[in-house]
Amino acid sequence: MNKELLFEVKDLSKSYTADKKALDSVSFTANTGELITIIGSSGAGKSTLLRCINRLIEPSSGSIKFKGKEVTSLNRSELKDYRTNVGMIFQGYNLIYRLSAIENVLHGRLGYKNVIAGALGLYSEEEKQRAFELLDEVGLSEFAYRRADRLSGGQKQRVGIARALNQDPAMMLCDEPIASLDPKSSEAVMKQLREIVDTKGITCIVNLHQVKTAIDFSDKIIGLRHGKKVFEGLPSELTLDTIKFIYEGTKDEATEVSAMEQIGDSHLKAGASND
Amino acid sequence: MTSAAQSVQPKYDNSYLRKKNLTIIAAIAIIVLMGWFASNYSDYDSIYAISSIPFALSWLFTNFMPTADSLQELPEILYQTYSTILAAVASTTLASVLAIVVGVLGSNVVGVSSVVVRMALRVIASVFRNIPIVAWALILLLSFKQGEFTGFLALFLSTFGQLARLFLDTFDEISVGPVEALKTTGASYWHIVFQAAIPLAITQLMSWILYMVETNIRSATLVGMLTGSGIGFIFDLYYKNFRYDTAGLVVLVTIIAVIVIELVSNKVRRSML
Repeated sequence: MNKELLFEVKDLSKSYTADKKALDSVSFTANTGELITIIGSSGAGKSTLLRCINRLIEPSSGSIKFKGKEVTSLNRSELKDYRTNVGMIFQGYNLIYRLSAIENVLHGRLGYKNVIAGALGLYSEEEKQRAFELLDEVGLSEFAYRRADRLSGGQKQRVGIARALNQDPAMMLCDEPIASLDPKSSEAVMKQLREIVDTKGITCIVNLHQVKTAIDFSDKIIGLRHGKKVFEGLPSELTLDTIKFIYEGTKDEATEVSAMEQIGDSHLKAGASND
Repeated sequence: MTSAAQSVQPKYDNSYLRKKNLTIIAAIAIIVLMGWFASNYSDYDSIYAISSIPFALSWLFTNFMPTADSLQELPEILYQTYSTILAAVASTTLASVLAIVVGVLGSNVVGVSSVVVRMALRVIASVFRNIPIVAWALILLLSFKQGEFTGFLALFLSTFGQLARLFLDTFDEISVGPVEALKTTGASYWHIVFQAAIPLAITQLMSWILYMVETNIRSATLVGMLTGSGIGFIFDLYYKNFRYDTAGLVVLVTIIAVIVIELVSNKVRRSML
């Protein structure tokens, strides 16, 4: 697939308090059809970075360019159009649990609707059929009319993915999508994301805790530590020393240890010669 | 063991529990004393009061027991009950629509961005909530005179105050996640209100609205006595004309109506979960 520059972050900073920076001059680029993972301990700024990209959090300084257009200076209605282009999935799924799976997926169309049609939930027949097809794509067509609170965690996350896909996005932001899932569901969700990237050419930026998953699934890995980017490169370029540095001295000690053990294994299996 | 470590060591201290017991004994003594003083002062004799209860009850039952005579008034009573229920339902539904608007706009999760407006809505809700329904009825009587509309308005205003306050809390407590998720789809403000905030809160909203319908049927009876409308008015009428048997029938019909409404709303509530 032809890859071209889709998205560019430059010197992005965010401070919640005057003396501490949650994000410190982070820069990176993303091409179309790329799966980029961001790793780092909790509190390293992964979530802040992701939320700055679609301006759920307003960045303090720096620039974000999407398809060559500056995002930080968009006005309200331009921001809505931009957000329609950028789907997001969450650790806590963030579905409306009273509603059925298909109604949640239809919410992905709200960005295209006028006030009345969107508020009343009036969708066209094509939109409803497409929502059903998307549920079928993520393997949930038999649960289309089931209430979201009666689905398992993995199924809820896949409804979240279908909702994001229904936006016809060019890019998807995934904030710890598998952090609340068991290993089997995690694997399924990551495979789903990988497939979306490969078949639809949608760029995914994924926050992850697990280094091994990042290595297995991504095209590019970015390491954050205390709000600073300390690594950017291919999964094969990630060394034990780098991982140690990303997690060292942070409060995420358990993660650090297990991550290092996992990475040791997977590097051996992959035959990489970094350490 | 050093002396520093000894002083840190916690020790059993009997003065704590003893002090607590003494406080309770003192409180009881003060209450008994106050009660004795107050009843002496007002010539209240509790032994006489308690001994007269059986007599009072038997008087109530003999006088307020509906008779065949009072049954003749049943059609009129039923009609007034019906119109009272309608007034309660109409005022509650209208008040809840307005209360939902206030609850949404004033909420910290999905409210308007201006803090001043949100605070103002909270103040309005609190003021309305703290004016009792009887006060509303008496105030409105001055400008609207006696009549069904005055009763309706009193019910409407007090219900609005109570529901607005409750709905502000309800919309404060909805989870931020789904609201945020819809924001990221490019949804507009009203999309988020109708597609996220209200579905997230609807069970609680309905539960409060149904509860207010029940309460308002009772309140409508009381308000009716003041504003001269509905079942409260005819109760007052029979009562003041010494037709206690018919007044008793009015009470009986009201109790049955409230129980029926309660059963229906319990059913609705359960089916909504």
